[in-house]
Amino acid sequence: MAKVRGAVVVNNERCKGCELCVAACPSDVLAMSKHVNAKGYNYAYMANEEACTGCANCAVVCPDGCITVYRTKVNG
Amino acid sequence: MKNEEVRMTTKDIIKPENLVYQKPEIMNDVPMHYCPGCSHGVVHKLVAEVIEEMGMQDKTVGIAPVGCAVFAYNYLDIDWEEAAHGRAPALATAVKRLRPDRLVFTYQGDGDLAAIGTAETVHACNRGESIAIIFINNGIYGMTGGQMAPTTLEGMKTATCPYGRDVKLNGYPLKITNILKELEGTRYITRQSVHTAAAVRKAKKAIRKAFENSMEDKGTSVVEIVSTCASGWKLDPVQANEWMEKNMFPAYPLGDLKNVE
Repeated sequence: MAKVRGAVVVNNERCKGCELCVAACPSDVLAMSKHVNAKGYNYAYMANEEACTGCANCAVVCPDGCITVYRTKVNG
Repeated sequence: MKNEEVRMTTKDIIKPENLVYQKPEIMNDVPMHYCPGCSHGVVHKLVAEVIEEMGMQDKTVGIAPVGCAVFAYNYLDIDWEEAAHGRAPALATAVKRLRPDRLVFTYQGDGDLAAIGTAETVHACNRGESIAIIFINNGIYGMTGGQMAPTTLEGMKTATCPYGRDVKLNGYPLKITNILKELEGTRYITRQSVHTAAAVRKAKKAIRKAFENSMEDKGTSVVEIVSTCASGWKLDPVQANEWMEKNMFPAYPLGDLKNVE
């Protein structure tokens, strides 16, 4: 059965660390980094890369448009 | 081919042909001044996406308000006019009458639209001007530090009603879209929110319909977005969404109020 795998790229410098993407992710992929960007915000990153399905919910709710989403089918 | 699946890393997925979502090009790279988690950003993004999908970038005139969204003209790469406080629908009327081929929309908060701009809003809707009004309702004056707005909920605490809004003293929360739906000039009145991905997708459809009505000269469309003001409400963004669902939605129920086909 084909499996869907996804990945997100977060624009670290644009992210304000509001954590809305973390709450919106149905697969618990995202978490907040311990590192901060130039503005002093902790930014979101993929903590659990394997679980991402590329549903784009995180990117849709992101108020600052920081998230780019990629998705592909993998034959498993 | 289990092995292939295991070997597939994030780097292999991040390729141009796999792209499914990115920030609309109309939205500039200028960092937005909004507080973290502000609903304004999401609505800006939706407006940009809809304009991009309609191919109207060169034919859109937005009217920026006074309030937090005053700098909207810095963030979306379309033509803008900046209105005096509350006068956005009057300015939009002028732009639309002079250039009927343009997509004209106003972008206003509750302090702008429902307080100082009530007269302009009501009369523009009553005249049935073919403009789209995007109305961000977060029940508070966010920009000036969280004072009471006409839309502030009963009992809600703000800087100017620290013991909660008392309806005997301050009146009732103004449900201005309910008033606007009674006017014959309005075509499409809806109340949406952007607290979940599903809600954002619904709000986008509503904005698209409002913009199409503007282009087809069908009368005034108002899209109210029940929004959060995490800083003004003194909550974190995720809590603000929960608070909104619990407290704002009973007072401002979501859905279409008027849709004349």
